[in-house]
Amino acid sequence: MKDFIIPIKDKGTPAKSGAPVCLTIDGMSITVPEGTSVMRAAAEAGISVPKLCATDMLEAYGSCRLCMVEIEGMRGTPASCTTPVREGMVVKTQTDQLGRLRRGVMELYISDHPLDCLTCAANGDCELQDMAGAVGLRDVRYAAGENHFETRAAEVENPRYIAKDVSNPYFSYDPAKCIVCMRCVRACEEVQGTFALTVEGRGFDARIATGTNDFLNSDCVSCGACVQACPTATLQEKSVEEIGMPERAVVTTCAYCGVGCNFEAQMRGDQLVRMVPWKEGKANRGHSCVKGRFAWGYANHEDRILNPMIRDAITDPWREVSWDEALEFAAKGIKRAQAKHGKDSVGVITSSRCTNEETFLVQKLARAVMGTNNTDTCARVCHSPTGYGLKQTFGTSAGTQDFDSVEQVDCAVVIGANPTDGHPVFASRLRKRLRQGASLIVIDPRRIDLLETPHMGEGLHLPLRPGTNVAVLTALAHVIVTEELFDEAFIRARCDWDEWSDYAEFAADPAHSPEAVADLTGVPAETLRQAARSYASAPNGAIYYGLGVTEHSQGSTTVIAIANLAMMTGNIGRPGVGVNPLRGQNNVQGSCDMGSFPHELPGYRHVSDDGARAMFETEWNTTLDPEPGLRIPNMLDAAVSGDFKALYVQGEDILQSDPDTRHVAAGLAAMDCVIVHDLFLNETARYAHVFLPGSTFLEKDGTFTNAERRINPVRRVMAPKAGLADWEVTQALANALGADWNYTHPSQVMDEIARTTPSFAGVTYDLIDAQGSIQWPCNAAHPEGSPVMHVDGFVRGKGRFIRTAYIATEERTGPRFPLLLTTGRILSQYNVGAQTRRTENSVWHGEDLLEMHPHDAETRGIVDGNWVRLASRAGETSLRVTLTDRVSPGVVYTTFHHPDTQANVVTTDNSDWATNCPEYKVTAVQVALSNGPSNWQELYEAQSVLTRQIEPAQ
Amino acid sequence: MSPEKLGQMANQIATFFESQPGDQARAVADHINANWAPAMRAQFLDGASEQALHPLVKAALPEIRRPA
Repeated sequence: MKDFIIPIKDKGTPAKSGAPVCLTIDGMSITVPEGTSVMRAAAEAGISVPKLCATDMLEAYGSCRLCMVEIEGMRGTPASCTTPVREGMVVKTQTDQLGRLRRGVMELYISDHPLDCLTCAANGDCELQDMAGAVGLRDVRYAAGENHFETRAAEVENPRYIAKDVSNPYFSYDPAKCIVCMRCVRACEEVQGTFALTVEGRGFDARIATGTNDFLNSDCVSCGACVQACPTATLQEKSVEEIGMPERAVVTTCAYCGVGCNFEAQMRGDQLVRMVPWKEGKANRGHSCVKGRFAWGYANHEDRILNPMIRDAITDPWREVSWDEALEFAAKGIKRAQAKHGKDSVGVITSSRCTNEETFLVQKLARAVMGTNNTDTCARVCHSPTGYGLKQTFGTSAGTQDFDSVEQVDCAVVIGANPTDGHPVFASRLRKRLRQGASLIVIDPRRIDLLETPHMGEGLHLPLRPGTNVAVLTALAHVIVTEELFDEAFIRARCDWDEWSDYAEFAADPAHSPEAVADLTGVPAETLRQAARSYASAPNGAIYYGLGVTEHSQGSTTVIAIANLAMMTGNIGRPGVGVNPLRGQNNVQGSCDMGSFPHELPGYRHVSDDGARAMFETEWNTTLDPEPGLRIPNMLDAAVSGDFKALYVQGEDILQSDPDTRHVAAGLAAMDCVIVHDLFLNETARYAHVFLPGSTFLEKDGTFTNAERRINPVRRVMAPKAGLADWEVTQALANALGADWNYTHPSQVMDEIARTTPSFAGVTYDLIDAQGSIQWPCNAAHPEGSPVMHVDGFVRGKGRFIRTAYIATEERTGPRFPLLLTTGRILSQYNVGAQTRRTENSVWHGEDLLEMHPHDAETRGIVDGNWVRLASRAGETSLRVTLTDRVSPGVVYTTFHHPDTQANVVTTDNSDWATNCPEYKVTAVQVALSNGPSNWQELYEAQSVLTRQIEPAQ
Repeated sequence: MSPEKLGQMANQIATFFESQPGDQARAVADHINANWAPAMRAQFLDGASEQALHPLVKAALPEIRRPA
C-alpha cells in the first residue's frame, strides 16, 4: 500500500512572514523572514537544535533551556526558540560548552522521571528519550531524593505522587511522567482556545491541572491537541497503550463534519491505532476535534452488518444472502415497479457521507440506468437553500473562501451556526482570530459558546426570535443603505447597478428599519444598528452561516439576504471576507456538486440545458430526461398517494433525519422495494426489503469536498469488511439492472467527472496526491484550483441584488402551542448519531435534552431534570429538561442525535418556498410535565425490535 | 401528491415573487417549471380549480408547462 507520509520535521517555532534576514548558523548561510526564531532558522538550514518545550504548532515559550546556542556578540547562551534572527548574526549550535550545559539540563530532567522506557506507552515516540540520546546523556549523578514519580519511598507514601487519570475515555494523563514543558497548556490555549489546562504551583511544585478533579469533569473538550503536543507519555492515547506504536501512516480525510480535516491514519497492519491531525492539512492545519481524532470506534462496532440481507415483507425477519442474490432481488424490485407504475415510480437518495465518486455513480444510476431524474440527497434537508440563493446572486452554489481566510477577518458575522459544537476545528481557528482582536456578531436565538470565548474583543449577540432571519438581515441592509455605509465603488464595478438601486430603494423603506421590526424580531434596534455599522465599516467582514439560516420556510430568501449584505459592503473576492456556508456533513458540498439534485446535472447545470445533457448523453451513450425529477419530500408524498414504489438509499437515514417522522414512515411503508445501503441497520432499514452493507471511509478510496470547495483525498487503509466498497456495490446494482459499468478504481470515476464537468476539468488523483487537495474550480483558468472565488468578477458576470421581503412562517405560536422549538447539534455527537452513539462519545451526551428558560419552566411547574412531554401540531415525544438562560423565554431547544427521542415526530412538514428544505428550526410547541416516554416512543421501540430480527443461519 | 399540498407550495412561491420587480407571474411559472417534476405539475394543473390559489399563481397557470 502506498505510503503518503513524508515525515515532516518539527521546526520548533511557527513560520513567520517578513523581510528577508540573512545569518550564519554553524558556518552555513541561511535567509529567513524577519521574526523567525534562531531555532527555526537552524531547522530551515537542516540543523536540529535539541529542544523539549518547543514545537512549531505553538509560539516559543523558552522554559526547557535545552535549545541554548552561542551567538557572536551576545553574552551567555540564549535560548534559540525565543531569540529572533538578526541580519549578519553568527550562531553556533554545537560547542563543548553547549554540550556540557545541555547534558546538565537533561540530567536534571531525568533525575525526576521514571526510567521505565521499555514498558512505557511512548517507547519509540518520546522526545525526552530522543533528546537524552541527542545530547549524549550517559549518566545521572543525582541520588534518589524528592521526586514526582515514585509511589512510595522508604516505606512512606510519596506525597508528591499523583495517580494516573484515566477518566477520559480516549487518553490518559500520567503526572508521574510530566516534565512541565507547558506544551499541553499552550496547545489548549493557542490551538484549541478552550483554556481548560493550567499550571498549579511554581518551580519543583509546578503541576499541570484541569481546575477540577479529573479530565472528564473539566472544561476539556477532548480535541486531542494536548495529547499531540505532549513530548512524553504523560498524555497518551489509550489506543496506543493497548495496541502499541503504529508502523505506517496514510493521509486521509475525516468522515464527520464539513470542515474536512486531514488526518494521518496511523496503522499497525490493517488495524487503526490512532488518527492524528495532519499538519499539512489545509483545512485544519494540524488541529482536530473529539470526533475526528477519537470517535472512529464505530468502524469496528459489533452492530455493523457485514452480509447482504433481503426479505419479502418488512414484518418478516431478515435473511442473510449472497451479494449476487441480494442485488438480483433489488434489481427485480426496481424493474417490477417501473414495469407496473412507469419509469418515474423509482428513485435514489445519495449521501453526504459518501465520496464524490460514489455520489456521482448513484445519480448516474438514476439518470442513465433507471432513466429518471428522481435523485436527491440529504443536502435537501440542510443546504439546498444555499444552492438556490448563491446561484441566483453570485452564479454558483459554494462558499467563497478557504478556511485560511479567517486569519484575515476583522469582523466575523456568525448566523444560525454553532461552530464550537458543529464545526469545532473551524471554531478554534475563528477563536484564535477573535483573541487577536477581530470583532464578532452572533445572530442566533441561543447564546452560543463562541460568545464566551476568553480574551475576545467586541462580541455582539442579536438574539432573534426563531423564524425572523429575513427581517433581521433586511434591517441590517436598511441601516447600511440609509446610513450610506455601502461600498459604491465595488457595487458599480462588480454588480448590476439597476438591481442595486431597486434593492436599495426596497431596503430603505422605513418598514424595514431596526426600530420597526424590533417587536417582531426581539432584537433591540440599537444593537442591530451597531452590528450593521460594525460589519460595514470593518476592513474585512466575513459571514459564516449554518442551518439556522437554511432550515426555514424563508431559507433561500435568507441566503439571498446574506449575499446582498456581502455585495453591498464589498466583502467579496479577497482573503478575509466572503459568504461561508458551514456544511453539516463532510461531503454536503460534494454531493451537491455531483448532480445529486433532481433538477441539476453535475456542476449545477439544469437538466433542461441541452448542451450539458448532450455532454452526458455522449459520455453515457443514452438519452436523458430534460424534466426535473422528484425531491425527497415529493418522493414521500408520491409514495403515500401510490405513485412511487421503489427507492435506493445510500448512507442516509431519512426516517430519523427528515421532518415529520410519521409522514416519512407512511411514505416508506407504501413502497414495494426499499433498498438501504448503510453500515448499520438504521431507522430507515425498518421499512427496507433489501439491506446492502456499506463500507466506512477507512475501507475505500475516493474524495470528499469540504465547505471550502476543497477536494480532499479519502484513502483506503483496510479492506472493506463486507467485501465491497460502496462504489462497487452501486456498480453491481447498476449492472444487475442491465448497465455495463466497468470501473476498477474510483480515480476512473473522477476522470469521468472531469471530462463532463467544467469546474472539475483539471481535477485528477495525481494532482490531488501532488498538492494534498484541490479547491474547485480547477480548470485551464485555475490549474491549481481556487482558494477564493469571484476575485475579478462573479461567476454569473454581474452580482445580482434580489429583494428580500419578510414573510412570516405559517408555523405560528398560539394558546395551544405557545413556545418555539429550535434544534441543533452538540460537540460530541454527530447528526443522527449512527456513528458517534457507537463510540465512547456517549459519555458526554447520553440522551437528548430539552433546553428551557427557567421562567418558562416555573410557570409550568417544571424543575431541572424532569421528564416532559413536547407536543406540536405534528406529534409529541418525551424527553428530559435542562434549565438554562442560554435560550430566551418563549424558546426551547433540543438536539436530535438519539432515535428514541424522536425529535422529528414533533417537527412539521413546512418547508422552504424555493427548495422544500424542511423548516426544522421553527416549530410551535407546548411543554408539560410527563411520567416518561410517550406511547409513540414505546410503540416505536417495540416495533423497532420486531423489524430488526435476523433469521438465524441454517 | 395531494392537490392541497401542491397548491400550498405554489402559494408559498408566489409570496416570494410578489415583492419582486418584473413579470411576477412569469417568475412563478418559471420556478415551478424548473423545479417541479412533470407529474407534480400535471396533478397541480388538474386540481388547480379546486384550490384557493394566490392571485399570482392563478396568473401563472397558463405559463406552467403541462407535460406531454
